[in-house]
Amino acid sequence: MIAQALAGRRIAVTGSTGFVGTALVERLLRSVPDCELVLLVRDGRRTPAAERVRREIFKNNAFDRLRTEWGDDFDATIARRVSVVRGDVGTDGLGLSPVDRSTFASCDVIIHSAASVAFDSPLDSAVEINLLGPMRIAALLNEEPARADGRRAHLVAVSTCYVAGNRRGNAPEELVSEGPFDIGLDWKSEVTAARRLRSDTEATSRTPDNLKRFREGARRELGAAGAPALAEKTENLREAWVKDRLVEAGRSRAASVGWPDAYAFTKALGEQALHETKGDVPVSIVRPSIIESALAEPFPGWIRGFRMAEPVIISYARGLLKEFPGVPEGTIDVIPVDIVVAAIIAVAALGPDEAPRITQVASGSTNPLKYRTLVDNVRDWFTAHPIYDSHGQPIVVPDWNFPGRGRVQKQLTRAKDLVTRSERALQSLPLRGAQATWSARLEERRGDIERALEYVELYGLYTECEAIYQVDNLMAVHERLDDDDRAAFCLDPRAVDWPTYVSTIHLPSVVQHARVKMAPGKTVVDRRDRLKRQVLDPARHVAAFDLENTLIASNVVESYSWLATRRLDTSDRIRYVARTLREAPGLLSMDRKDRADFLRYFYRRYEDAPVEQIDIDAIELLSQLIMTKSFPEGLRRVREHRALGHRTVLITGALSFAVEGLRPLFDEIVAAEMTIRPDGTYSGELSRVPPTGETRAQILADYCSAEGFRLEECVAYADSTSDLPLLEAVGFPVAVNPETRLAAIARKRGWLVENWSKAEGAPKRLLPIGPLVSEGERRRFGGDSRRGSRG
Amino acid sequence: MPRPGFVLDVDRSTPPILFWRGENFSLEKLPAGRSRVIYAPEPLPAIEDVDGAIVHALLHPIDQDPLPALLFPGMKLTIAFDDVSLPLPKMRRPDIRQRIIEAVLDMAAEAGVDDVHIISALALHRRMTEAELRHAVGDRVYDAFAPRGHLYQHDAEDPEALTYLGTTPHGEDVEINKRAAESDLLVYVNINLVAMDGGWKSTATGLSSYKSLRHHHNPETMTHSRSFMDQHRSELHKSNWRMGKVLLDSGVKVFQIETTLNTDTFPSPFNFLSKREWEWSPRDRMTYLGTTKALNRTPHRLARNIFHSIEAPHQMTSVQAGEVEAVHRITTANVYEQQLVEVKGQTDILTMGIPYISPYNVHSILNPILVQVMALGYYFNMYRGAPLVREGGAIIMTHPCRPEFNPVHHPSYIDFFEQVLADTTDPHVMSQKWEKQYAEDEWYKHLYRTSYAYHGVHPFYMWYWGTHAMKHCSRVIVVGGDPKTVRRLGFVPASTMDDALEIASDVVGRAPTITHLHTPPLLVADVSV
Repeated sequence: MIAQALAGRRIAVTGSTGFVGTALVERLLRSVPDCELVLLVRDGRRTPAAERVRREIFKNNAFDRLRTEWGDDFDATIARRVSVVRGDVGTDGLGLSPVDRSTFASCDVIIHSAASVAFDSPLDSAVEINLLGPMRIAALLNEEPARADGRRAHLVAVSTCYVAGNRRGNAPEELVSEGPFDIGLDWKSEVTAARRLRSDTEATSRTPDNLKRFREGARRELGAAGAPALAEKTENLREAWVKDRLVEAGRSRAASVGWPDAYAFTKALGEQALHETKGDVPVSIVRPSIIESALAEPFPGWIRGFRMAEPVIISYARGLLKEFPGVPEGTIDVIPVDIVVAAIIAVAALGPDEAPRITQVASGSTNPLKYRTLVDNVRDWFTAHPIYDSHGQPIVVPDWNFPGRGRVQKQLTRAKDLVTRSERALQSLPLRGAQATWSARLEERRGDIERALEYVELYGLYTECEAIYQVDNLMAVHERLDDDDRAAFCLDPRAVDWPTYVSTIHLPSVVQHARVKMAPGKTVVDRRDRLKRQVLDPARHVAAFDLENTLIASNVVESYSWLATRRLDTSDRIRYVARTLREAPGLLSMDRKDRADFLRYFYRRYEDAPVEQIDIDAIELLSQLIMTKSFPEGLRRVREHRALGHRTVLITGALSFAVEGLRPLFDEIVAAEMTIRPDGTYSGELSRVPPTGETRAQILADYCSAEGFRLEECVAYADSTSDLPLLEAVGFPVAVNPETRLAAIARKRGWLVENWSKAEGAPKRLLPIGPLVSEGERRRFGGDSRRGSRG
Repeated sequence: MPRPGFVLDVDRSTPPILFWRGENFSLEKLPAGRSRVIYAPEPLPAIEDVDGAIVHALLHPIDQDPLPALLFPGMKLTIAFDDVSLPLPKMRRPDIRQRIIEAVLDMAAEAGVDDVHIISALALHRRMTEAELRHAVGDRVYDAFAPRGHLYQHDAEDPEALTYLGTTPHGEDVEINKRAAESDLLVYVNINLVAMDGGWKSTATGLSSYKSLRHHHNPETMTHSRSFMDQHRSELHKSNWRMGKVLLDSGVKVFQIETTLNTDTFPSPFNFLSKREWEWSPRDRMTYLGTTKALNRTPHRLARNIFHSIEAPHQMTSVQAGEVEAVHRITTANVYEQQLVEVKGQTDILTMGIPYISPYNVHSILNPILVQVMALGYYFNMYRGAPLVREGGAIIMTHPCRPEFNPVHHPSYIDFFEQVLADTTDPHVMSQKWEKQYAEDEWYKHLYRTSYAYHGVHPFYMWYWGTHAMKHCSRVIVVGGDPKTVRRLGFVPASTMDDALEIASDVVGRAPTITHLHTPPLLVADVSV
């Protein structure tokens, strides 16, 4: 009956890239052979709508079954039956072109499943999409001329059972605004308030005090990463702050008027608004409860997205969430996605006259899943199939005590405070390499706890919800189906056997989806090896290296000291050392503020140094300073890149003559260049901006475009956040001996981290001063041994 | 009259025997009744009038005209000398190379020769530092020649400075230093510390390039050199001698000056190191105790610096000049006279204490690869006749074997250890798979030429040195070595000598015979089976 009723119909679908949407499109194409589909899809940030449809919908494994059934005809059939219109339910008029508008409006059925489903979406975007979205569709349909039969398209709007709000007991299939608990909210004023809040918050975020805070935050996180990187980070922090405020606002507004979160709240008002403004448009509302993986269609366990129970389950299996609030005897209302899809299609097939006004698709009243049953099943399953940690050890899942929400939150908050404090303490230490990763690990741990806290806050409410959603209308629809329909479109919640569903369908699918480790063996090594293989793949083009602390454990001050003291006698050396030690703190803080300024200031010291002497001494510098302080693994890596045919580039703030000895390792050396005076001495002034911070990214980009390489195929090695622009610019960043902040960033982004050290046995000198040279050598350049060490 | 070498049979009254352990030593009790210890002969008396003897040798050369007769105005004269790898430990100043070079220069000046170059014949070794050059040739020679660029070091990677002379009948390429080849006379100043040194090896190896060296520095030749100390049974020497023939045939005129030293190796406070343990005086015992106690508390880097500052009192026992092969026959006889010890029969286990020094780590670190070359390349090969240890026997050495490398001197060793040894310890496999890559590496060449680094291929040569021993012995055990490092070398780590003997019992049975090579001072075992 369903297939016949919809045969030859044109059905528009919004939200087709979502969980329900994708399943819906697949099911319609497969089980209603003669219908045509019009998909309303938003342009992505980078990908146009049509491309999104191809990539996000038809490449999804939901279509594996159809691909097999249709074989070579798949693409042609899709092209024949599916058309795409570009639009956005968040804009008035849906942002459609005139042609698309009529295409859309002339459809027989419009299934509106687009929604901002994230429970933590900002209030204003939830209002725009969830509250105003359905209304905008109805408005558009009313504006367009009616179809030939004088009727307008049947609008089937997907909502949620949770519009009923926080209540105990039965929740019938009726509008909340018409029920006994209505508090008479006016949706229009909620829209105005939300929009106003957005602009107020945006304004507040731009006050000088706040901007200063964001800037400080960015600097704390990135260090001296250069102006562009800091600006970008600051703006990110500002946007994140605005979002947080709006999420918070949504949550509190929802709570204040009796809904668990902004999603349910805006959906409830959206239903109300739709009914008030629908005009001639026939509307049916379908309200699913918590939608989870498919029971049978397109295949058992099919799921897309990862946002509701899945993260909670995975956090629990990882041992992260030791407690989760909930009432053990309470009902957790879960419904497989294929039942929801079947219900939507059945409602559409019944048509505007026959379909119930509101249909709830939920399990709580006919086939309840008890919270305890769920938890027991999850624990048993993960005990039998544990997740493995990165050391290859199985994680033992904790027993769940069903504590109250307050207690869990308190525990987590306490843990978070402790971790945050230790993290701060560690970050203030000048750590590098392996030690710095402790701090990075702590940060990760804090992230985990924060996420757990969020889950508890967000989903805790749902597990505590004791409303029972009535499904009389759904069952009535079920009754009207013939046997063929019941087989092809099973919408009966009683069809689910919960223990079987949880342990043989849902959990295996969730762990597969979460890509967690289900077998012993070390992932850390696997991951490192994998990253290393990528870095050392012949397909790469260029390998760019920083010098200090990446290839050698030395810096410009050391090479200067070495050069300046080489021809001094002992007493002058002592004076030099004393002076330099006095200056050290000042130099250090200057370096931390701005690398380029520091280098310019420091290099003034080379003023008057004879070029010839420096050139001769620089050769010795290679042996006595650079090689003794080199990281053999680093130098080996440079040569491995060369052997693979990659270009190797050294980008350093050191002076060109000081790195001359490294020339055979690199195809290109970009170093600070000092101008030479006509009398053969150095001027102490640089001929151009020293290559530091963001300049390095630009230098590499210029090199690549000049040589015809692509940045995405470049590898960059660096040790500090000041090189972040360089690391971010390339496709394969490698953090070498990272300082704390970079270690944290590298860990978060999954970059390869190398800890290279000096050769065991390298001489350990307290001061960067070479051995005394012979008297003759000392006097070789005019006897004035102090030239070259001004001041 | 110095006493000859001596083989002691260990009985219950024998005191514990001294074993070197890098920058330290230990006393080890060897099992009575089946162990023996080989002691070196005592130092031969030195020539008193060194300068007189040198002049005499130059004026009365063997199978050649006296040096003054070979010198003439306007000629090109090149003096090449052995590099920092000889002698060990370094000699107290004045070095005999300085004395000989000064004598040669005096004669050259008299003859009106003014085109003189002095070249350090370092083959693929690291360049010598200014201080080392000054130590070897003296300040006077250094200051007169170095600033003008007439005292310099052989550069085996400078195509401009090499001459290709052709091939031997065996197809071996001969390429040597251009200046030396094109000179009217090449005077070679040698120090013959062991029987392996000198002869045609001075020029054909010291002044050549990788192109030449690869023909005799390879696993094949090394396996068939039994031993390096016995030139008539050494493929290495035969190849060098063939190359020498090519040199002669292409008109290179060589005036070879060879010297031998006695085995007076350590200055007086360390006398006990050369003495036989049962002859230790109470004072020796106190010194031993004091030294080891102090060394145990000294950071090993510091201990290393202290040991490397030791200058040996060894003195010249002979000097002879003239035609290469004739001179070398006499030199070898003189070396044997000082170092040869008669030993009857082979042994199941050869034990050895590895000291802090080898020819390749002067002022540097005896890294794990050099530990290997000292044990399997040098000490194992300190024989004439048959190897001290029987085929299938075991070697037990004592050395801390830390994974430490000097990044300036041995950069390619670090990569060799991390890359090549992690892949294979088989000399034949690595020579096929890895050698070329290291030998032709631009970075190593650069460091060899401008810094103070051994050539990229050098660690391979060090490993090839041990080829025969690796094949000959069924187990090599390192007592007190860093276990991870020892395993990387393909050896077995043991914490004590008893453990080592226990481990060795797998291959040599419960009651093996043991022979300890009590060296330094150096000795060569003349083994009759």
